[in-house]
Amino acid sequence: MKAAVIVFPGSNCDRDVAVALEQVTGTPPAMVWHRDSALPPVDLIVLPGGFSHGDYLRSGAMAARAPIMARVRERAAAGVLVLGICNGFQILTESGLLPGVLMRNAALKFICRSVRLKVETADSAFTRAYQPCEEVSIPIAHADGNFFAAADTLKRIEDNGQVAFRYLDNPNGSANDIAGIFNETHTVLGLMPHPERASEPAHGGTDGRKMFEGILAALG
Amino acid sequence: MTVAIEPAVTPELAAGYGLKLDEFQRMLEIVGRTPTFTELGIISVMWSEHCSYKSSRFWLKTLPTTGPQVICGPGENAGVIDIGDGQACIFKMESHNHPSFIEPYQGAATGVGGILRDVFTMGARPIANLNALRFGAPDHPKTRHLVSGVTAGIGGYGNCVGVPTVGGETNFHRAYNGNILVNAMTVGLAPADRIFYSAAAGVGNKVVYVGSKTGRDGIHGATMASAEFSEDSEEKRPTVQVGDPFTEKLLIEACLELMATDAVVAIQDMGAAGLTSSSVEMASKGGLGIELDLDAVPVRETHMTPYEIMLSESQERMLFVLKPGREHVARAIFEKWELDFAIIGTLTDSGRLVLNKEGRTWCDLVIAPLVSNAPLYERPWIPTPPQAPVGSDEVPMPSRPCEVLLRLMSCPDLASKRWIWEQYDSQVGGDTIYLSGAADAGMVRVHGTNKALAMTTDCTPRYCLADPVEGGRQAVAEAWRNLTAVGATPLAITDNLNFGNPEKPLIMGQLVGCIQGMAEACRALDFPVVSGNVSLYNETNGEAILPTPTIGGVGLLKDASKRVGLGFVADGDLVVLIGETKGHLGQSLYLREIHGREDGPPPPVDLAVERRNGDFVRGLIEAGLVNACHDLADGGLVVGLVEMALAGARGVELVLPVGVDPIGFLFGEDQARYLVTASDIAPVMERALAAGVPAVLLGTTGGIAISMNRGNACTLAHIRAIHEGWLPALMAGEA
Repeated sequence: MKAAVIVFPGSNCDRDVAVALEQVTGTPPAMVWHRDSALPPVDLIVLPGGFSHGDYLRSGAMAARAPIMARVRERAAAGVLVLGICNGFQILTESGLLPGVLMRNAALKFICRSVRLKVETADSAFTRAYQPCEEVSIPIAHADGNFFAAADTLKRIEDNGQVAFRYLDNPNGSANDIAGIFNETHTVLGLMPHPERASEPAHGGTDGRKMFEGILAALG
Repeated sequence: MTVAIEPAVTPELAAGYGLKLDEFQRMLEIVGRTPTFTELGIISVMWSEHCSYKSSRFWLKTLPTTGPQVICGPGENAGVIDIGDGQACIFKMESHNHPSFIEPYQGAATGVGGILRDVFTMGARPIANLNALRFGAPDHPKTRHLVSGVTAGIGGYGNCVGVPTVGGETNFHRAYNGNILVNAMTVGLAPADRIFYSAAAGVGNKVVYVGSKTGRDGIHGATMASAEFSEDSEEKRPTVQVGDPFTEKLLIEACLELMATDAVVAIQDMGAAGLTSSSVEMASKGGLGIELDLDAVPVRETHMTPYEIMLSESQERMLFVLKPGREHVARAIFEKWELDFAIIGTLTDSGRLVLNKEGRTWCDLVIAPLVSNAPLYERPWIPTPPQAPVGSDEVPMPSRPCEVLLRLMSCPDLASKRWIWEQYDSQVGGDTIYLSGAADAGMVRVHGTNKALAMTTDCTPRYCLADPVEGGRQAVAEAWRNLTAVGATPLAITDNLNFGNPEKPLIMGQLVGCIQGMAEACRALDFPVVSGNVSLYNETNGEAILPTPTIGGVGLLKDASKRVGLGFVADGDLVVLIGETKGHLGQSLYLREIHGREDGPPPPVDLAVERRNGDFVRGLIEAGLVNACHDLADGGLVVGLVEMALAGARGVELVLPVGVDPIGFLFGEDQARYLVTASDIAPVMERALAAGVPAVLLGTTGGIAISMNRGNACTLAHIRAIHEGWLPALMAGEA
């Protein structure tokens, strides 16, 4: 399995997710600069957490228009797995690869803590290593994680089974307690929690590691 | 076009820039003529308390700064210590008190930005931030605004640059009503053979400016110059700088990328006094001259004068000296990161600072005598008078022990600060092992190894007020204890000395006393000072802050798997108190919170006993004999027990030893004490006996309550609710 991590100016979880991927797959991912116009052939593209372009304007808005994102859109359309974590999730919604938006947290403050999540479906490469309805703990760290979508969009997301993770104690005001969503084909996942921060015992939990294990199992 | 008509320099004008008459005379003697306005600005900041340490330098020299672990002590941007395997740890703490009071968000944010730059300037990747905060009384009208803004500012900056905030402390006291303290610390990692220093070298080498553009923010004394511009009289920007953490993040990556090449001769960040202090520092340390073309400095506003450019404290800027012919390497890196890059000058052999702009020379100063003959004061001081001891018979428990405990656990100094630290990203980097709250010290793994660095900030200002010498000892000892309690070997400290007006003998005596106590403790504990910062004149309307010499300590665990936290880990573990309890109540939180008294001497610190007990406890942890460890500090023994119970989410059954005075035993703040838990205490007790260290069995873990002598139960859920509830209620305006 080959993976690429896109590095935007202001990304700051790029190394962390690269470390987690390498620990699980045994292969370091390619680190691809946002201004590159070429993307190596890979099976997984990761948009990491951080503050791309300082979160100025709107979180993820400028990164969504980076040159490399044209390639990411093409690969996503071709069925290549795309994983957006935290700021990566924001970039995915800003680029239209996922529906909805991520607004300022309801309490208007940055929140860093481990949260309990329910895995909504094991029917994806990202979640196949979890049990359906399994309860997991994964850290969040964001100021803009309040998922919002118009009522009809929200209904469509729910009806299509696109919700990947739900908060058990909603920390940020997200609609329907949504912590992460898929695209319609379950090949693109965006989520606010950081699986790479729960991927080895020293992190205090390994519930996030299963996501990378699932991807590896799906891709071989 | 003439950009500026400079005012004539007179003693009166100089006084407005903080130069006393004798300092003005000294300046004339060194310069040999009346300096220009730009030169006055430069000399006045070089000789300011902030840059010259003129009131504290005499005493700072008495602190021990050496040891086999020290690679670089005070004098550079940050201290450097050896952590083995060819790796170095670089760290420093610095205050941003005054700006944070005026504009809490930007003041605190730029405080974090400044200390980060001090550390990555030396070649280190920052791996952790800590902060020590002191606010005024909780019910003071400004306190909520300040807590909210400072917290958001620290988080806003640290979270964005991607450096985890892993520890710190927050106190409240009315003495800080008019002067809050924001002390920020950064810890970084570098290869020991790739440390970068600020001394310029190589006549003819280019001086390069990188980072953000220079604006009119933070110019010292800008109001004084308001009438002197020949162009439109612009409104002066506020003196608080504005931080841009995104640019800082780019600057970190670009600087580290450049430092991995062979292009760099020297580097200095532009902090206080901006381009002035950075260029003077580099030239002075290298024994060289420097000539700058101010037309080449990237500016973000038009018609900036030489004075403004030299005195601007715009953030996120660096000065490099590059090897000849390597400029293109550096330029490519900074262009990739979309940062400004400009060659603004050249090193010379003249020993002079020469500033040119628009064909004119605005400054031509000889550097060395301005640095070596900077004012140095040995200010008069008087010691703080001793206070009468407090006996437990004077301060009986007014109610049931459980109620006393609840009041202590919800008092401003002991209540949970979760509301603050959950706004900080504590995990970015993927190497955070402990946050403060889970252990006595924050802990971050050395990436890719089994080693970990432990770090803490400590000071008990009420002790320092009552007895500066004892308080200075205690601040260092507590930092050493906190590192010890997680299993780390304490290596070195950074200090941030926050005091009132040193021109008052009593305040100067506090500074002298605290430094004396610190120096004794540093020597006794092999815990040298490698970097630091002094913040004086923290006074409003003649009311000084409590003397607050904040200590930032760093320690090393060679094998992070040996670490212990402070939470109880299993039911049925036995709890052992290490160290002697005399029941010292002077300056205790029990006295203050339950009896409203802030008197008595602080607990004495016996440094030989500290060393013995700490080395003993570290030995227990290294041998794997204990499951949890917590040092005893604010609030004494019962507070320590409750903190362990809350962190481990399990109770404890406490049995008071026969014959002890319950008040002194439960609430006394005697030093050199630790609580440890063990599943088998026989080896612990045997070792204690052999080492001559007092060790007493106190009780057994388990259950859902804290109980004493099979009665007086207080449920953990109740304690937790009130302990966690205080700060959120205060911030919601409900307290």
